[in-house]
Amino acid sequence: MVPFTYARSSSVASAVQTGALHISSQSEEPGTAFFAGGTDMVQLMREQVLNPSHVVDVSALPGISDIVAGPAGATLGALVRMSDAAEHPGVREHYPVIAEALLASASPQVRNLATVGGNLLQRTRCGYFRDVASPCNKRQPGSGCPAINGQNRLHAVLGTSEHCIATYAGDLANALLVLDAKIRIAGSRGERQIALRDLHKQPHDTPHLETQLAPGELILAIEIPSGAAARKSHYLKVRDRATFEWSIASVAVALDLDSFGVVRDVRLAVGGVATTPWRLPEVEEALHGHVLDSGLCRHAAELATRNAVSHGKNVYKIKLIQRAIVRALEETGGLA
Amino acid sequence: MSEFEINRRELLAGLLSVGSAMIVPSGRAIPPLPGDAERPAKVTERAIDNVDLTLEINGEQHRVNQLAVNTTLLDCLRDHLHLTGSKKGCGLGHCGACTLLVDGRRITSCLALAVMQQGKQITTIEGLAHGDELHPVQAAFVDHDGFQCGYCTPGQIMSAVACIQEGHTSSDDEIREWMSGNICRCGAYPNIVAAVRQVAQRSA
Amino acid sequence: MSSLVGSPISRVDGPAKVTGRATYAAEFHPDGLTYAAIVESSISAGSISHIDSTQAERAPGVLTVLTFLNAPKLPYAPYKQRPAVEPVSGEALRVLQDSEIKFSGQPIGVVVAHTQTQAEYAASLVRVRYVPAKSLTHFDSDRGVPTSEAAAKKGRGPEARQGGDADEAFHQAAVKIDGHYVQPREHHNAMEPHATVAEWKDGQLTIWDKTQWVDNVREEMVRIFGISADSVRVINPFVGGAFGSSLRTWPHVTLAVMASRQVGRPVRLELTRRQLYYSTGFRPHTEQRVALGAQHDGHLQAHIQEAIGQTSTYEEFAEATLDAPAVTYACENRRTSYRLVPMNTNTPCPMRGPGHATGLFAQEVAMDELAALLKLDPIQLRLRNFAERSPKKDLPWSSNALQDCYRIGAERFGWEHRTPEPRSMRAGRQLVGLGMATAVNTAPRYPASASATLLADGTVVVRSATSDMGPGTYTAMTQVAADTLGLPLPRVRFELGDSTFPKAEEHGGSTTTASIGPAVREACLALLAKISGTLGSSALFAPDLLDKIRSAGSSQIEAHSDSKPGDEKDTYAMYSFGVIFAEVHVDPDFGTVRVTRISGAYDAGRIVNPKLARSQCIGGMIGGLGMALLEGAEWDTRLGRVANANLAEYLVPVCADIGELDVIFVPGEDKLLSPLGVKGLAELGLCGVAPAIANAVWHATGVRVRELPITPDKLIVYL
Repeated sequence: MVPFTYARSSSVASAVQTGALHISSQSEEPGTAFFAGGTDMVQLMREQVLNPSHVVDVSALPGISDIVAGPAGATLGALVRMSDAAEHPGVREHYPVIAEALLASASPQVRNLATVGGNLLQRTRCGYFRDVASPCNKRQPGSGCPAINGQNRLHAVLGTSEHCIATYAGDLANALLVLDAKIRIAGSRGERQIALRDLHKQPHDTPHLETQLAPGELILAIEIPSGAAARKSHYLKVRDRATFEWSIASVAVALDLDSFGVVRDVRLAVGGVATTPWRLPEVEEALHGHVLDSGLCRHAAELATRNAVSHGKNVYKIKLIQRAIVRALEETGGLA
Repeated sequence: MSEFEINRRELLAGLLSVGSAMIVPSGRAIPPLPGDAERPAKVTERAIDNVDLTLEINGEQHRVNQLAVNTTLLDCLRDHLHLTGSKKGCGLGHCGACTLLVDGRRITSCLALAVMQQGKQITTIEGLAHGDELHPVQAAFVDHDGFQCGYCTPGQIMSAVACIQEGHTSSDDEIREWMSGNICRCGAYPNIVAAVRQVAQRSA
Repeated sequence: MSSLVGSPISRVDGPAKVTGRATYAAEFHPDGLTYAAIVESSISAGSISHIDSTQAERAPGVLTVLTFLNAPKLPYAPYKQRPAVEPVSGEALRVLQDSEIKFSGQPIGVVVAHTQTQAEYAASLVRVRYVPAKSLTHFDSDRGVPTSEAAAKKGRGPEARQGGDADEAFHQAAVKIDGHYVQPREHHNAMEPHATVAEWKDGQLTIWDKTQWVDNVREEMVRIFGISADSVRVINPFVGGAFGSSLRTWPHVTLAVMASRQVGRPVRLELTRRQLYYSTGFRPHTEQRVALGAQHDGHLQAHIQEAIGQTSTYEEFAEATLDAPAVTYACENRRTSYRLVPMNTNTPCPMRGPGHATGLFAQEVAMDELAALLKLDPIQLRLRNFAERSPKKDLPWSSNALQDCYRIGAERFGWEHRTPEPRSMRAGRQLVGLGMATAVNTAPRYPASASATLLADGTVVVRSATSDMGPGTYTAMTQVAADTLGLPLPRVRFELGDSTFPKAEEHGGSTTTASIGPAVREACLALLAKISGTLGSSALFAPDLLDKIRSAGSSQIEAHSDSKPGDEKDTYAMYSFGVIFAEVHVDPDFGTVRVTRISGAYDAGRIVNPKLARSQCIGGMIGGLGMALLEGAEWDTRLGRVANANLAEYLVPVCADIGELDVIFVPGEDKLLSPLGVKGLAELGLCGVAPAIANAVWHATGVRVRELPITPDKLIVYL
């Protein structure tokens, strides 16, 4: 880790004020980094992928480390540990997709450190991004993307650009996406709320800009509306290794069927295959109003990858994600 | 805590050359692609805070003077306090060898900054046994041969202690899942599961 | 020998390891310790035209920055005799001696500072200008060159033949298969990163180093620095796993010693996990053709196996890839060939089961393909071609219980429940497959020395400069010594990992128990003789032993032994054997493979400690599972770099990957190899596992994957 100065913030106002002093963690320009659990930040800083000159310790900020979760909705403070959110009875009962996504993430000892707010900002696991001796448009704009014609078995097939095909690696955000979650953000000009689906940006020609957060902005909380589909939600994660691995394909599903098995409400998102958390409206539309059966699931799943682009070693993800969608729907809908 | 930036153009001007040669900072160097010579340079002089810390480790107060804030808890223990029982396997949270307990919860200490651990109770492998009497998990690891080289062992044991406390031991499959944050390259997993199962059953 | 050898006692070093008291190389902390960090090349071929370390030197806490411009020129004397752990030919990297870049990740500078973080930051400030050259970073099998004369001398020559014309016999054979098999570059990834602490004090150099061979580190420092052997001491009581990666003395050891001399203070140099992929070795990417021809009854008529491995541009690393093919089965006509592709990479090195694991993967999958084609049970095919004598030099086996392994292993595993057709077994949604493979590995023995000393407190300390990277040298040698002396375990202590101890060869190649064991036994016998000569017979067990020692006027009594293998090694073929069985469940939609159980039946001679030997075998199974399903460097052919150089993306098995593992030792002993009756076990444990799993995957799915690792992407296209 390169040297930095350090301050512990005791209020959100002072944290965002300090954060706005410098351009924040984008590319390698020095700036201020917020530090909560630090699980991804330490990795990035240890390998000098990110080199902030000032670290603001936000781990003790008051009022943003509580969980409220029940039938009427849920609020996860940004500082809630991944492990605590996963074990919370209200989360498990009313929003199972969140608990399942969290328990499928990292390892128990990492989940005890990492926060849910920080996890939304998890950077890609692209091996070129994380190896500072390699070119990478995300880390050093304009330096090139070796993954496009290189080692891309783990890379994205959805939302890619000619500049970057790095996969969004997180799980929690995919789960939150199907719950239509919102995030509350503090900045130097006050608070604002945005839909989670608006948080992450596709790479286009600015792969180094990953989110809509302005410099110095800080996630305060995740707001989750309730609903029948949320209660019947599920996270499926496919990986090479039995556990403790990022996904090669994952599916979040929230589903509400009427008593005849007709889809009243369905939301689907996929992970491990796209450059951002990736919602699938066209698949949802194909399912909506129909009786859920295996044939319908398969037909709908094919729509998920209509615009998929593969780069060689990741071509298998197109078939894999279709099948994972089918499996996740069948499991959630009681067909499996 | 001020910082001092050198204009990168000035910095590079003296070194840039023509032809196929190129200049890159070594640690973050770029392969020879055309037109690649000029890259943003990292700020070369950086301010750092050094802090006096008191950490509570295994029930004792440990003082560390003028510790650089970019020091992880693991490095602080190993290099500054000579508590080398917690192991460094990767420094990136990928292997679990550095697992210890903070306020009773297992964490990867390589991903935690030492400066953020003040006022917390840290338990390391050195704090587990009572004198010559091994902690039940330690004894079970010896009995079941839950290790070979021994390097991942302190992390495995700290993780196992937490795993049992958390109650994630209702079946072998549950133990396997909840012990999967600790890599053992020698491959002692079945023996580790047997050791955890035995202690969990006894303490149930 | 009596009771202790053969007993499943717990590790004598167990309490030290579970309490954190066991001290590994990086944890030694001589007074005034300083910290080093390496500067690495980011291009794969060319030279440094300019290197600027002014910024680094100015960084806080920095004591020195060494590059080829200011590093001391070191003698690097030529070898009088090349150590067995070195590549067969070529010249090791001479670190910081010139401007040449041979591979990306090559150490091109070292920074020493007061703290580790200071050193790492300063290292990143060193600026380098390169003149790139055309680099050879693509594995192009057409560039493969035959292995050298030097390789041939070690039995790794470019070509070997048995019987008549194998190609003609293959052409004529009634049933044949001809396949191409790929095994990627694999990394040891022992949990302990390589580390060296070096201290110069009053002309004496002490090195605490992660090594499988302390004597070799000393000899290398003598050769490289031109210093005398008695001025160097190398210490390493515990090794946090190595699997072959710590046999050689890698360049970072030289860097630590050089840096320490430069700053006049002790220096620690610990490699980062990423640096391990470049600064140590790896199992080389190897592609093989296996062509098998057989009669309808399964008798092999032709066996052709052609291997093309990778090596670096500066050293020839040739391994025993084609040894297993030469000895496993009887076959009338056999031809093997071995080529190497020199590349701009660091040099490969042995990794558990070196060569054998690689050769067996291709051979045993090919045998499975042949069995399927013949509609013959895979075990029957192997039994039908059992080699009564070693086909390699037509020598008798020193011992060979392979047939028992097939029989006993099959019984334990329940092989008879396997229905031969692929995709014929299911468990719920999952496709179930059963597969098997044969494992063989050489069982060598080296010369070794040991000492045994009766101390004034009545305990005996036995010493040899060997190592214990995990298999249990401490424990096994304590058992041998205690049995020989007739003493209870607490009165015997075995010490290792110190170059001042009696000489030992490398702790590798499954040689330790067979080599050090006899030396320990002989030293203990010599001590017994000496004690009865000095203190009277059975004095060792007398209640007044301490008085006797005192009155004899000496504080201790010491005996020494030099032990070496007999001529039998030239007249017998010495091998360990095993048969591995695996059951897999494959998800028919995703192509994910989970190994539900593995059984291994082993002929490893006499087992000194069944508890530890079992651990070694399950460790081998887990390593083999990694090889089969998870492991492989993602090599970027343009950058010459590993794109997954960490433990999050270079996947090794975790606890949840492991199902039921069953280890069976077929009774036996081999007195021709070693008076203890033991044979090697460590390498054997990994051999045969990957092909057994690959064969099980085929049986489950009907898909034959010939390229490791068998990841979902390779299966799903056919499912």
